Amino acid sequence: MPTILLREMQKDQSGTITAVKVGGELGRRIRDMGIVPGTRITIMGRAPLYDPVAIRIMGGTLTLRNSEADYIEVEPA
Amino acid sequence: MSKTITIALAGNPNAGKTTLFNTLTGARQHVGNYPGVTVEKKAGAYIFPSGEQATIVDLPGTYSLTAYSVEEVVARDYLVQEKPDVVINITDASNLERNLYLSTQLLELGVPMIIALNMIDVAQDRGITLDAQRLSDLLKVPVIPILARSGKGTPELMGNALELARKNTPWNPLHISYGEDVDLALRTMAECISEAGFMTDSYTPRWLALKYLEGDSQIQEKGRKNNPTVDAQLQEIVARVSAHLHQTMETYPEAIIADHRYGYLKSVLRQEVITHKFDIDRLHASDRIDKVLTNRFLGPLIMLGVLLGLYKFTFTYSALPVAWIETFFGWLGTILSGLLPDGHLKSMLISGVIDGMGGVLGFVPLIMFMFFGIAILEDSGYLARVAFMMDRVFRIFGLHGSSVMAYIVSGGIAGGCAVPGVMAARTLRSPRERLATLLTVSFMNCGAKLPVLALLTATFFSNNQAQLMFLLTLLAWGVALTAAKVLRLTVLRGESTPFVMELPPYRFPTFRGLLIHTWERTWQYIKKAGTTILAISILIWAMMTFPGLPKSEEEFFAQQRQEVTASADQTTEALSLKEKLAAIDTAQAGSSLRHSLAGRIGTAMESVSWLPGFDWRTNIALVGGFAAKEVIVTTLGTAYSLGETDPEANGSLAETLARDPHWNPVVALALIVFVMFYAPCFVTVVCISRESGSWKWGVFSICFNTGFAFLLATLVYQGGRALGFAG
Repeated sequence: MPTILLREMQKDQSGTITAVKVGGELGRRIRDMGIVPGTRITIMGRAPLYDPVAIRIMGGTLTLRNSEADYIEVEPA
Repeated sequence: MSKTITIALAGNPNAGKTTLFNTLTGARQHVGNYPGVTVEKKAGAYIFPSGEQATIVDLPGTYSLTAYSVEEVVARDYLVQEKPDVVINITDASNLERNLYLSTQLLELGVPMIIALNMIDVAQDRGITLDAQRLSDLLKVPVIPILARSGKGTPELMGNALELARKNTPWNPLHISYGEDVDLALRTMAECISEAGFMTDSYTPRWLALKYLEGDSQIQEKGRKNNPTVDAQLQEIVARVSAHLHQTMETYPEAIIADHRYGYLKSVLRQEVITHKFDIDRLHASDRIDKVLTNRFLGPLIMLGVLLGLYKFTFTYSALPVAWIETFFGWLGTILSGLLPDGHLKSMLISGVIDGMGGVLGFVPLIMFMFFGIAILEDSGYLARVAFMMDRVFRIFGLHGSSVMAYIVSGGIAGGCAVPGVMAARTLRSPRERLATLLTVSFMNCGAKLPVLALLTATFFSNNQAQLMFLLTLLAWGVALTAAKVLRLTVLRGESTPFVMELPPYRFPTFRGLLIHTWERTWQYIKKAGTTILAISILIWAMMTFPGLPKSEEEFFAQQRQEVTASADQTTEALSLKEKLAAIDTAQAGSSLRHSLAGRIGTAMESVSWLPGFDWRTNIALVGGFAAKEVIVTTLGTAYSLGETDPEANGSLAETLARDPHWNPVVALALIVFVMFYAPCFVTVVCISRESGSWKWGVFSICFNTGFAFLLATLVYQGGRALGFAG
């Protein structure tokens, strides 16, 4: 299955995270919040100016900027 | 009787930690600070049914135990150094997998702990069934379902905590396998640490090795100081593993570690611990609310409405209690002046103490209502949505969506305080965005500036007070954001930091939580008023009283009085005699105030302050305002009531200003603008210095803000005069 970047996902689209390609503080922060490979996510919506994006993950809702979503690869369901 | 048991509460933000803390400790709370940092340290007392006592410590909410934020460092240091008897780990049962990530780290640390499954009712509504017993068996720690709001399950929770504390078992760290590469590195490093006895008195070798691999800057720094040779050895192993992982799998040690932690959790939860009745993506009530509240078009409109509503609420409902308090202090002043003989003591008590305290306490209801409103926004989860919607805008100014919290706490919704605002900026990770926020939050209309703004708007713009106050808030935002951008383009240039944040589900705030929240902040304000401001009020009274007029001048006034009285004997009526005497008294009070230390400073400053249109009385008040902004109104009051010589007849300050020929709407507006933007109060400056780690920034904020305010106020005054509004 081809993977796409989280930024490219549409509202209400779901998928499974395949890779988080960032280290350092951003990487740690992303993982602390549950964004790790193998986890299912759904796009809940975007802020009024299309950025940041809100995602459903592990039963909670997280927000991240598009520039941060660029490190996250997803296999769309 | 055994010793007091220490129980620490740890958990994610929004997991209900504070709610549980409030439920357990009620009003028996003590709020302090952790040494060295300004993270709030909340502790409270709990008494078991058996009579044993416990101290409950509410650790800051964190997602992890790495050194990502100051909160995480504080929580971790507390656990490692203070070694609490029991740790209660509060988890949100409706979002268990993410919440258990912190639990695994606590288990890896080895603390004696209990997991509290909070909000099981929400989980049930979402079709999630949890087997607490099974989870307990698998993790080998007690797991107790609770409802922190109602206190359901807390007796059982505390019973377990007591039992665990009595057992007093040694710490028992959990070992998770992180895959071949990392496990091998861990073993090598742990051996190396054990041999050298490297910081082993505080930490276990494996845990230390893990932190090195995770790239934990705090631990590495400690290690470097402790033993540079071992540190270098460990760093070398870390570098080797990192390089290997990057080459073979294009990943990082900390990523592998996190993945395996989640893997461990998944394997635990899969063993019939958790079952979902509905599709996991099902929309909850909270999501449906979000569809409206964060809607592209409706969201911002509603947000504006909510903020405006908070204004109306605060200003309308606090008016009555404010009037009561003013009346009370007026009455107190009258009583006291009747009881005491004339002299310095009476003058100090009435002009210094009562006027000072009255001016400050009179605004307590206003602040209480405002904090109550903010607490509703905070506790309901709406404030996080505001950050979500505002981030794109804030980023333009080189800030972060989380900056909005600092701004709002500081008075973005008027009535906050820059001191907690400066502290709220701590959630920002990047030093540059944090500094930019730190240095600009003081532009907001904090609760202490409100009295000045309220007084001046009520006196000179009474027909449009609410609208003007709202405009002033927008102005504060505009100025703060522009200033932040200027700072980020000049002294604080650089990259932006991550915005990964949780949108907690909407919740009805508990009334008890709101009250505690409101009371805590109001009490902080009253304490500040009761100590610093009282002292400053008296100091300023002294500055305005001493040195008194020289003998020759006093004699001059006494002589004038005699002359008037003598000449009045036959011809004039008693009324006009009284007027003439009063005029002399006023003149004398005026010249003695000018003669005093404060008057001299104020007069000296008139050489520049004529530009924004301030006279020496205003100058005195502004100097006092640097100590604390609350003092501005009281000093003006003292200046004018002293000027009138008769403390018994002190009409309200608003009336006095309205009658004074020097004052008009343009002067008032110039003063409003100056007060909004000039040097932050001394306490804030101290906080800025401490938070930024350098006095340089504290001094910078004084100079930068005052210079800017002076410019703007001059523009308003001279512009207003040129346009002919000063009439």
